[in-house]
Amino acid sequence: MSQLGDLYQELILDHSKRPRNFGPMPEANRAAEGFNRLCGDRLMLYLKMEGEVVREARFQGSGCAISTASASLLTEAVKGKTRAEAEALFQRFHQLVTGKGEAPADAPPLGKLAVFSGVSEYPARVKCASLAWHTLHSALEAKTVAEPVSTE
Amino acid sequence: MAVATENAVAYDVERIRADFPLLHASGTTSGGAKLAYLDNAATTQKPQAVLDALSGFYNQDCANIHRSVHLLGERATAHYEAARETARGFLNAASEREIIFVRGTTEAVNLVAQSFSRRTGGRPGLLGEGDEVLITGLEHHSNIVPWQLACEAAGARLQVAPINDRGEVELEGFARRLGPRTKVAAVAHISNALGTVNPVKEMIALAHAQGVPVLVDGAQAAPHLPLDVRALDCDFYALSGHKMYGPTGIGVLYGKSAWLERLPPWQGGGDMISSVTFERTTYNELPYKFEAGTPNIAATIGLGAAMRYLEGVGRGRIAAYEAELLEYGTRKLEAIPGLRLVGTAAHKAGVLSFVVEGVHPHDVGTVLDSLGIAVRAGHHCAQPVMDRFGIAATTRASIGMYNTRAELDRLAAGLARVKEMFG
Repeated sequence: MSQLGDLYQELILDHSKRPRNFGPMPEANRAAEGFNRLCGDRLMLYLKMEGEVVREARFQGSGCAISTASASLLTEAVKGKTRAEAEALFQRFHQLVTGKGEAPADAPPLGKLAVFSGVSEYPARVKCASLAWHTLHSALEAKTVAEPVSTE
Repeated sequence: MAVATENAVAYDVERIRADFPLLHASGTTSGGAKLAYLDNAATTQKPQAVLDALSGFYNQDCANIHRSVHLLGERATAHYEAARETARGFLNAASEREIIFVRGTTEAVNLVAQSFSRRTGGRPGLLGEGDEVLITGLEHHSNIVPWQLACEAAGARLQVAPINDRGEVELEGFARRLGPRTKVAAVAHISNALGTVNPVKEMIALAHAQGVPVLVDGAQAAPHLPLDVRALDCDFYALSGHKMYGPTGIGVLYGKSAWLERLPPWQGGGDMISSVTFERTTYNELPYKFEAGTPNIAATIGLGAAMRYLEGVGRGRIAAYEAELLEYGTRKLEAIPGLRLVGTAAHKAGVLSFVVEGVHPHDVGTVLDSLGIAVRAGHHCAQPVMDRFGIAATTRASIGMYNTRAELDRLAAGLARVKEMFG
């Protein structure tokens, strides 16, 4: 049971039950749709960019506790970050949930995102945790609403 | 009555469990709890008799079949062909010529679909432009996509008989879609996502009344029900070894010899020919016409062992025991507030598919896994079924011949834990 507690930490359960920044964003100037082929989960991620800086981030969709909490915490984490900082955070997060590779010395701090450390013990759930981040990557690259991205 | 006699002997599940080494192995669960394996619709565990058949072939009999003059070659051929005779008896087919070994149900459906749509001698296949193929709304992707490919190749159209809210095929809708353009129908015997047992005998009779041949996808039925292809009068029947306690990578396509004679070969290669020149090749007789190349000999012999194992226990007894388990599990799950069973057909076998209000199936699956309970969460390779019920996924507990009431009690207790965590 300790492993299960590592996965479903209180902060994750809290964000899955009460996701932050949840809902549409009419003023968004970037958006992307994420799709997990394994379970059929979809989410829409909206960004309001000012130049290179993410001013606002919101999401919509339904998914498992891990993917919902990940999207919710993502929207909090990327606010105020530049595109490059957000991408660097994605790389750091990806290392965390896959448990692969060491973070470089200059890696951005994970902050609250560190609660996803338990995911690396559950290979089947890595895609749940990373779906929102793949979608973010797609939204940052997009000029407009993009085709659905998958976690493949 | 053979069935009555075999049912009269008590079903000793503990004795059956003793035949399956994995059920007693260590390290099979995430949390170290005892394994409750409830993912039998995905694949089943294997009894010692099957494991012995596999290792026996490689340890004592390994040689290629149908070509070697030495002792081992003759022995391998004899064991391989004995498995065909076992499969013939298992399905009650009229002749061994009607038993084709394939990789599994998926390959069996592809074989039939592509042989129907294949052009030969510059002429269209049995399935041509403007023709139709009829399937149902509860099919597995492997009984949808091969037909889509065949229809695309032939310029034909796929028709789908709808299902109702209980997950049963609407027979009237099925009958209405059978017409002069329908060249073949393909239906699941049992739905892998919902557990619905289709009235295949009636559906076959309806199709035959219109002159339409029927393929039955028996992947989920083979481990649960006594089978008799002649009583069903189906034209093709497909099954997978690994879902019926046999090895992976082996399955059976039964086909009425009249149809198998009519269809062109599917794959070309060794063993399926009778003579080859660069100008003209003549094909081997049935069933070898459809078995190109060296087959999965060990797995075929292992599948024969699995079929004999099921017959030894008695398929009527297994069906009766599992029906009682399913009934027990259904009552247990129905008593859980906020849990909704998906698939509530009057006639079901093997499957308890459900959603828990407010909890994603993947989270249900992970929590159950931590308790040693193996289930499947997802769309079960049946996305149109999920769409029909307006959901993305379900959690599915699927039972086999070695499951117990105690394991279903653990499932129910695990679901209480799920609700506690996410409620």
